[in-house]
Amino acid sequence: MRQALLKRSLPWVCTIGFFVLWQLICVVLKIDSFILPSPLEVWNSFTTHTALILSNALQTLITTVAGFALGVGFGLLFGLVIGASPTIYEAFYPIMIGFNSIPKVAIVPVLVIWFGIGTIPAIITAFATATFPIVVNVATGLATIEPEWQDVLRVLGARKWQILSKIGIPRAMPYFFASLKVAITLAFIGSVVAETVAANSGIGYLMMTASGRFDVPLVFAALVVVGVMGVVMYEVFAVIERRMTFWAVRSQEVVA
Amino acid sequence: MASVKESIIELRNVTMSYGGPDGVVALAEASLQIQKGEFVAVVGPSGCGKSSLLKLISGLHPPQSGSLYVAGAPVSGPLKICGMAFQNAMLLPWRTAIDNVLLPLEIVDSHASGYRRKRTEYRKAASDLLATVGLSGFEEKYPWQLSGGMQQRASLCRALIHAPELLLLDEPFGALDPFTREDLWDVLQALWLERRPTVILVTHDLREAIFLADTVYVISHRPGRVISKTHIELQRPRQLEDTYTPAFIELSHSLREQIGLRKRR
Repeated sequence: MRQALLKRSLPWVCTIGFFVLWQLICVVLKIDSFILPSPLEVWNSFTTHTALILSNALQTLITTVAGFALGVGFGLLFGLVIGASPTIYEAFYPIMIGFNSIPKVAIVPVLVIWFGIGTIPAIITAFATATFPIVVNVATGLATIEPEWQDVLRVLGARKWQILSKIGIPRAMPYFFASLKVAITLAFIGSVVAETVAANSGIGYLMMTASGRFDVPLVFAALVVVGVMGVVMYEVFAVIERRMTFWAVRSQEVVA
Repeated sequence: MASVKESIIELRNVTMSYGGPDGVVALAEASLQIQKGEFVAVVGPSGCGKSSLLKLISGLHPPQSGSLYVAGAPVSGPLKICGMAFQNAMLLPWRTAIDNVLLPLEIVDSHASGYRRKRTEYRKAASDLLATVGLSGFEEKYPWQLSGGMQQRASLCRALIHAPELLLLDEPFGALDPFTREDLWDVLQALWLERRPTVILVTHDLREAIFLADTVYVISHRPGRVISKTHIELQRPRQLEDTYTPAFIELSHSLREQIGLRKRR
């Protein structure tokens, strides 16, 4: 009981401790707010520019979720295809690794040439960063099916798509939902990076203009907001994961 | 008793190997005939190709040479009349016990077409079957909420729900404790007496083989050869006490000797 309470409070203690330490360092070392603003200064900046920050944050959130949704759709589909067929997996492997190795910030200028400055390059960048872990996880889930499970179905005369739908897809779901948590945070990175390079709105754009005006507390306020959005979205998908694939995490349930 | 029945499985000089013609020979020149409704047990030392025999008969793995007929037709791919159970229950963890049992009905052609329409009827049948193996009240439990013995019972139900003509059991009780195992012998015997499928049971356990089977085949150490065929004439339904009678012990001694002798040579 006491351990459960400790487990629940630890994340809060650590997070609050982090900000307290940050504040202490700024005060004790008398760091200029131009170099590193203290959490209180960041908070002050947030309260004075609340409307500005939140409207840009909303823009970033929409961009990120749009790119993420595309990534989920494509990642799931592509992951199923290459997971179901080792041949296709082999065929696409070099291209996949190649694409993932390209820093996504490097494709933003190309996207600007194609689509102009605005939301679309940010959505595509978010999509490009979010897709890879989903593809890999879904493919792994499919490719690691126990052969005995396949035998159970094959002796009944099951066709390949039946094995896929009855065993492959359900089996890949824990991998899929686990990847969503990672993918949503990566999507934030993608969209904010794109916004800093080529956008008229969004948290990334706000940060660039603020740093242009040497308003460092506002830059930090925007950074913290991105971090908070990431934590919230991660938690949302962690809850969805637990709901959808409770059977895969049963060991902890049984022990608890 | 099994004199005028037709044979459902026929192997003539079948050799099977893994990894192509130069691979490991799992089964060498096996010949056997199994009659419709017969309960056959296959025993032998581990790694002798017992499980390979099941892969062969079910059509999951092709023979290297020789001919293999099931129900009068040569086997060219996975059969559709089989039910199969393994040493591990292999239940799907995302399905409840009853949904696991229903799985074959979603797959097998003759059932799958009318599956939606007959859903309630099928659920009733599955729940009745679970009740016969002592699992009533556990229909909605997930496999990981069941003990190993219960999982294996559910696995047996899954192998039987579509009333297969051929039931292939690959050491289904091997991972269970002796009491649960003997309990399930009774369950299996009762199910067999009621439905009379043809059963091929692969096992290490001589008592299990003699208790359950009409005919016990002994396979030698790798490469596996069929070295003996023994009819078990004990009266059915057999009782657990029968396993302690002199006749039973005599049978198990003679089978034990066949396995041991060949291995030493």
